[in-house]
Amino acid sequence: MSPASVFVCLSLTLLSDYPVIRVKPDHSGVVTDGVKHSMNPFCEIAVEEAVKLKEKKFIKEVVAVSCGPTQVTETIRTALAMGCDRGIHVEVSGKDYEAMGPLQIAKIFAALAKKEEASLVILGKQAIDDDCNQTGQMTAALLDWPQGTFASEVTIDGEKVKVVREIDGGLETIKISMPAVLTADLRLNTPRYATLPNIMKAKKKKIANMKPADLGVDMVSRVEVLRVDEPPTRLAGVKVETVDDLVAKLKANGTI
Amino acid sequence: MDVKKGRVSSAHGLSDEQKEFQKMAFDFAAHEMSPHMAEWDEKEIFPVETMRKAAQLGFGGIYVQPEVGGSGLSRLDTSVIFEALSTGCVSTTAYISIHNMCNWMIDTFGNTEQREKFCPELCTMDKFASYCLTEPGSGSDAASLLTTAKLEGHHYILNGSKAFISGGGDTDVYIVMCRTGGKGPKGISCVVVEKDTPGLSFGKKEKKVGWNSQPTRAVILEDCHVPVTNRLGQEGQGFNIAMRGLNGGRINIASCSLGAAHACVQLARDHLLVRKQFGEALSNNQFLQFKLAEMATKLVASRLLLREAAVALQESRSDAVSLCSMAKLFVTDECFNICNQALQMHGGYGYLKDYAVQQFVRDIRVHQILEGTNEVMRMIIARSLLSESG
Repeated sequence: MSPASVFVCLSLTLLSDYPVIRVKPDHSGVVTDGVKHSMNPFCEIAVEEAVKLKEKKFIKEVVAVSCGPTQVTETIRTALAMGCDRGIHVEVSGKDYEAMGPLQIAKIFAALAKKEEASLVILGKQAIDDDCNQTGQMTAALLDWPQGTFASEVTIDGEKVKVVREIDGGLETIKISMPAVLTADLRLNTPRYATLPNIMKAKKKKIANMKPADLGVDMVSRVEVLRVDEPPTRLAGVKVETVDDLVAKLKANGTI
Repeated sequence: MDVKKGRVSSAHGLSDEQKEFQKMAFDFAAHEMSPHMAEWDEKEIFPVETMRKAAQLGFGGIYVQPEVGGSGLSRLDTSVIFEALSTGCVSTTAYISIHNMCNWMIDTFGNTEQREKFCPELCTMDKFASYCLTEPGSGSDAASLLTTAKLEGHHYILNGSKAFISGGGDTDVYIVMCRTGGKGPKGISCVVVEKDTPGLSFGKKEKKVGWNSQPTRAVILEDCHVPVTNRLGQEGQGFNIAMRGLNGGRINIASCSLGAAHACVQLARDHLLVRKQFGEALSNNQFLQFKLAEMATKLVASRLLLREAAVALQESRSDAVSLCSMAKLFVTDECFNICNQALQMHGGYGYLKDYAVQQFVRDIRVHQILEGTNEVMRMIIARSLLSESG
C-alpha cells in the first residue's frame, strides 16, 4: 500500500540574508515589523523532498501546512507553486502568535496529521530565526511515531522509510516504519525554482483555513521569554610574549 | 512579503501571482546570474546553460501561447520578470528578451506549420533566435533597408547584410526583414532563415562597451535560398511585423534598464551607509541624501510609466504605440542617469570592475540606442501628437 498523503509543515522566518536584526527597546524580542520574511530554507528543502517523492510515485498527495498570521499564506502559495497539491493555513495571530513556540506548533501539526491520516510528516530541521530544532521531534513524540531527523537522504521501501541522518560522528542510517516524522537537513536536496506554469496552476489550488481551537489545541505557552539581548560586543584581544605571561594574565582576570 | 516600512517596493500594485513570478525571477537572478555577471562580461561568455535553465522555468516564451510551449503571460507579467532578472545580469536578460520577441513574432504571425516547427524549440531554448532588421546603411531609417529577396520558384534568394545582430553567429533562427517588393515599408517581407542555410555567413564578433554576454555580429546573405514556406505573414507585411515586435521589445528593453537602476539604487544606498569621509558616513551628507531621493523618485516614476505602457499594449489600446515609445524613451534615459549617478556616489571605487555598478552603467547605455533610438521614439510620439486625428 503506497502512502497516501504527506504533510509538509512550513515555517515563515526572517529572511536568511537580512543584514541587521535589532533587539526591541524593551528587550522582549527582536524587531520583526517591516522586516522581510520568507519560507524557512530548511522548509524549502522539506517541500522539495515531498514533491520529489510524489514525482517518483511513492506518495499520492502533498499537503503544505503552516501556522501563523495571514502572511504565512504566501509561504503556502510558494509551496503550492513548487508542486504541493493543497494547503492548510492554521490561523494564529496577535498575542497567541508572539507566544507560539515549538510545542504549540507541534500540537497543531500532530492534531492535523492524525485528523487527515497523513503517512509522513516532513519538516525543516529547525527555523533559522529561533534555531530551536524541536518542532519535528515534539510532533513525533505527541503522535508516538518514529522520527528520522537531520535527514540527508530519504528512501521509501514498502512500508518503511530508510533515512540517512547527519550526526556529529558522521552519517547514521536508520529504517523506520510509517507513519513517521522526518526533518530535512541542508544536504537532503536543492530546492527547485517554481516554474511560471506552476505558479499559475498554484492559483487554482485550495488553501483551507482553520484555527487551533478547531483542532482542540490549547495555545497556552509554558515558556516565558524573560529577556532578549544582543550578544556582547567582542573585546579586543591582548598579545603576550611568553606562556608565563599568559598564565599570569588568565589568573589576573579570574579565568583560572 | 513586506519590504522596509515606507519604502516603495517594486512589488507594489502587483497581483499575488505577479508577486510570485517576481520573487522567483529575483531568486533566479540572485543565485544563477548575479554571481557570474562579471565573468560573463569579462570573458564574453554567451551563457547557454543558464539561459536554458531559465527556459525550463518558462522564460523562453513568456508571452508566447501555451499550445506551442509558451507561458502565455501578459506584457506586464513579462516586464516584471525582465526587471527582476536584470538585477542579476542586464546583458543576458536583454538577449533573453530579444529571443522572446522573435519567438512571439513567429507565434503571432506564423501559420500553424511555422509555429509548430519553430516555437516549441525556442520556448525550451533548444534553439536561439536573432532579430535582423538593421543594416549598415539603414538604422533609424529602417524602412529603407536594401537586403533583397527575389522569388524563384519555391524559394526567395536573399542578398544583403544586416548589422549589429544580437546573438548573430551563435543562434539558430534568424528573423530577417528583406525587400520583396518596391521601395519603402510596403515592399518589405519577413522571413525565417535557419542556421547552416548555404549563403548565410557572419562577420567578426564585435567588441562592445557592454552587452558582452551576447555576441554581436553582422549577418551576411549571399544568394541565400530560403523556402517560401518560411515567410511569416504576407509579402509586404514584414515591416509591420517588425514594428509590432519592437513595441513589445521596447517594453522589455526598458524593463531591463529599470532592473539595473533598481539594483544601482540599492548599491548606492548601501555604499553611502558604509563609506565614511569627513568623520561620518556619506549618508549624513545632505547633497547625497537629496541625490538618492531624486534617483528613487525617478525610478518609481519610470516603473509606473513602463507598467502602464505594458498594460496598454496588452489591451491593444489606441495609445499603446505612443506609450511604449514614451516608456522606452523616459525609462532608458532616466535609468541610465540613475545608474551613472550611483557610480559617481561610489567615488573611485565605482570605476573599478570589482564593483558591479560600472557594469550596469555600461550594459544599459545601449538601451538608449537600440530597438529604436530615443530620437526615433520622439519622432513616433510627435507624429502621434501632431497627426490630423490627434
